[in-house]
Parts: sequence; C-alpha cells; structure tokens
Amino acid sequence: MNVKDRVTRIIAEQAVMDVAEVTPDKTLDDLGIDSLGLVESIFAIEEEFDIQVPFNANNPEDSDFDISSVAAIIAAVEGLVAQQSA
Amino acid sequence: MKRVVITGQGTVNALGGTVPETLEAMREGRCGIGPLDIRDVDRLAIRIGGQVLGYDPEAHFNRQQIALYDRFTQFTLIAAAEAIGQSGLSFAGDLAAQSGVVLGTAGGGMQTSDENYRSVYEDGKNRVHPFVVPKLMNNAACSHVCMNYNLKGPSFTVATACASSNHAMGQAFHMIRGGAATVMVTGGSESMLCFGGVKAWEGLRVMSRDACRPFSANRNGMVQGEGAAIFVFEEYEHARARGAEILAEVIGFAMTSDAADIVMPSKQGAARAIKGAVQDARVSLSDVGYINAHGTGTAANDKTECAAVADVFGPHADSLMISSTKSMHGHVIGGTGAIELLACIMALRDGVIAPTIGYEEPDPECALDVVPNTAREADVSVVLSNAFAFGGLNAVLALRRI
Repeated sequence: MNVKDRVTRIIAEQAVMDVAEVTPDKTLDDLGIDSLGLVESIFAIEEEFDIQVPFNANNPEDSDFDISSVAAIIAAVEGLVAQQSA
Repeated sequence: MKRVVITGQGTVNALGGTVPETLEAMREGRCGIGPLDIRDVDRLAIRIGGQVLGYDPEAHFNRQQIALYDRFTQFTLIAAAEAIGQSGLSFAGDLAAQSGVVLGTAGGGMQTSDENYRSVYEDGKNRVHPFVVPKLMNNAACSHVCMNYNLKGPSFTVATACASSNHAMGQAFHMIRGGAATVMVTGGSESMLCFGGVKAWEGLRVMSRDACRPFSANRNGMVQGEGAAIFVFEEYEHARARGAEILAEVIGFAMTSDAADIVMPSKQGAARAIKGAVQDARVSLSDVGYINAHGTGTAANDKTECAAVADVFGPHADSLMISSTKSMHGHVIGGTGAIELLACIMALRDGVIAPTIGYEEPDPECALDVVPNTAREADVSVVLSNAFAFGGLNAVLALRRI
C-alpha cells in the first residue's frame, strides 16, 4: 500500500466509513471527524509512518500540517515521509 | 442560612512558597513558568511548566513523613499549615467534630504512580514500596490534613479535572451554609509534572511549547503547573465571636454540566454556571467587578469563556475586569481554582487585580478587559472565580469584600 492508501485507510477508520467514500476532495467536516477524531487520526498517522506530525490543536490553521482536505493531508504526510527518508 | 467567611489562606506554587510571596509575584506580573527539571525531560516534546523549583521536602518533613506523602500531599500540608496558622484555630471537642476537609485534585499521587510504574515496567522490579497505595490515593492529602489537625467532620476529595478545587470549595461552602459544619479546610493540590503526567497532556496536542498567553491572539496552548492552595472557611458568627481576621466572604456557588463533549467547552454550560453563581450570591450582575478567568490559553477555552461572559453580563461585560493568572503559575489542573482564589481575595482585600501576562496581540474574539501584562489598582466588592473542566463540568464561586 502506498502513502495515499494508508492515510485514506486511517481516515476511513476514524470516520467509520468505507475507504471508497473517503475521496481526496472531502474535508474532515464532510467526514464528520471532530477535533478529538483529528487528534486521534494524527496519532495513528504518526504510529503508522513513524513520523512526527507538526500539529497543535489550538490553531490547526497555523500548523505546518495542512488538514483542509483528505488530499492535503495525504500530501503533507507524503512530504513528511520523504523528509524522513531523505 | 449561615454566612461563610474565609479566615486563613496558604499556598505553595511556582510563584512562591507562601501567600505573601505569591501575591507579590502576581502584583509584579512575574512568570513562574520555565524549563522543566524532571527525569527524562529529553523524551518530551513539551519541556516547560510552572514547577515548584528548589523545593526541599526535608526542610518540611521527616523521613517517615516523606515516605508516606506524595508531592501533592506535601504541597497540601505546607499550604494547610499556613492557612490554619493564620486562622488561629485549633480543633478539639465539638469544634473538631463539626469541622472537616474537602479538597480537589485530578491526578492525586501521580508522582508515586509514575515512579512505581517505572520501577516495575522499565526497571523490571517485582517488589514495590509498601506505601504505594496510601501515597497515591486521591484522598491521601485530605486524610493527612484531617489527621494533622484533628478534623473529624465531613471530609472527602473531589475529582472533576480542572474544576476539582472549585467544586471542593463549593462543597465546603455549602456544608457551612447549610449548618453541617462550622469550619471547613478546603482548596486543592496537584503535582502532575512528571514524565507520565506531561507525556499524557502532550498527546492531546493542546500544550504550548513556549508560554501561556491567555486571550492573546497569538496564544498557542496551555502550560501545566503544580502546587496547592488551602483555605479556612468558617461560619461567620463563629469567626466574629472569636475576633478572627476575615479575609473575604464566600457568597455564592454554582455548578453545571455541559452534557455535550468530553473535551470541548460549551458557552451555554459556562454561562449557566456564571449566572448561577451570581444569582446564588443574591447580587446583581453589575456588582461583579472582577472575574478570575479559567483562561487556559487554548483557543477553545478562551473564545468560549469570553463569549459566555459577554452573554451573561451584556453591556457590563465591557466594564468588568477578567484576568487569567495561569499565565504566571501555569494550569495547576485540580489545584488551579484554589491558587486562583488567592488572586480573587487580593482583588477584594488589597484592591489589586492580578494581570494576564504574556499578552501580546488583541483577539477580537476575546474583546474584554483582560488586565494585560500589568497589575491594576481597582476597587471591587464582588468577584467571581471560573473553572470549566474537561468533561464539561463547570464550577463558579462568588466572593465579596467584608
């Protein structure tokens, strides 16, 4: 599984949805993921890829980690994974 | 209904080892938050806190006591000695039977849990010290205050996360007001600044790595503190008859439950508690001159709290002062309301409003007079102290100058 599929699986699990429903254009709001669900998803992503995600729940919009859509999250994780292996 | 007054106060926290030291720091807007000095700090992402530095247990307790008292109990006993000493009370006979202790703590003996988990899980030891249970239990501090001062009336410990001490002091108030007790020793204590304690908070991603800046637009989270504050609540006629110095009167208390979310605060729940405390105190909203805010420095709390205050007070919200002393002593979790009550009493007695330090940028969503950075002289006769806990449990106290 590539990064995209692994992140999608984590988000789908959090949203209690089928992976097919978690399309890249969806926002966390669309998926019904609240602040606690987001923090839990980030924890799962960190564990899955063994990376540190720069995310502060106080000001998500100011964090270096873009959570505006599923596609944005996947791109951010891909970036972090690439940095780690670099 | 009996009237309830405060005749003693004591504390140890990051700002000082006594009430006068703490109030001086609050007047000067001094910050007690700094680098954490705890084991394995290099494995933490959050490395600051309002820690009680330079604390030497042996200066206060003997070897047997240290073996039995977790750090949260030690802080409690030091603060209780100052408070009960100031009240001038000693407890014997009927007074002992009619006087009790209600304290708040969220984590109890967390240093003890942390050390002993480390010992069995990390060091692989198969034997622990025999006092682990009596040290870590949440009511240990309460029971040691009872034993040390012969307090034999209603006594227990309250755990409602960040509202624990306000709930405890509210119970003490009710107990005296309703005639079930003459004197109640009350307040709270917390000592969560250990590896496991900080690591757990880190997981929630609401902690700041650099400073606690409540209400400031550039705030980025909360900072943990530690310590205790203890008060002597006494029935008014009893205090007056013995000529005790009265620090303030407790006039109202209200508690509500949001019944909504385990971590996100609710404006309605907070507003109902604030309004309820004012109504219980039988004063008008315009009498309230100062509010010691819950003011954690998280986006969620500060916006919600300011909106709740604006809703409850209407136009008067713009003429009252609201500050968060957590910017100085950190968030002392289950003990925080007690430490913050010191600022409330200072406002009433000394006419000095403790500031919200670290305030750098106005936030339109927190557009109240937050007493930024510098303490202010002001004549206030009624004050409130807010506490809004995780789990949506809110507790607000009202005090009056006497």
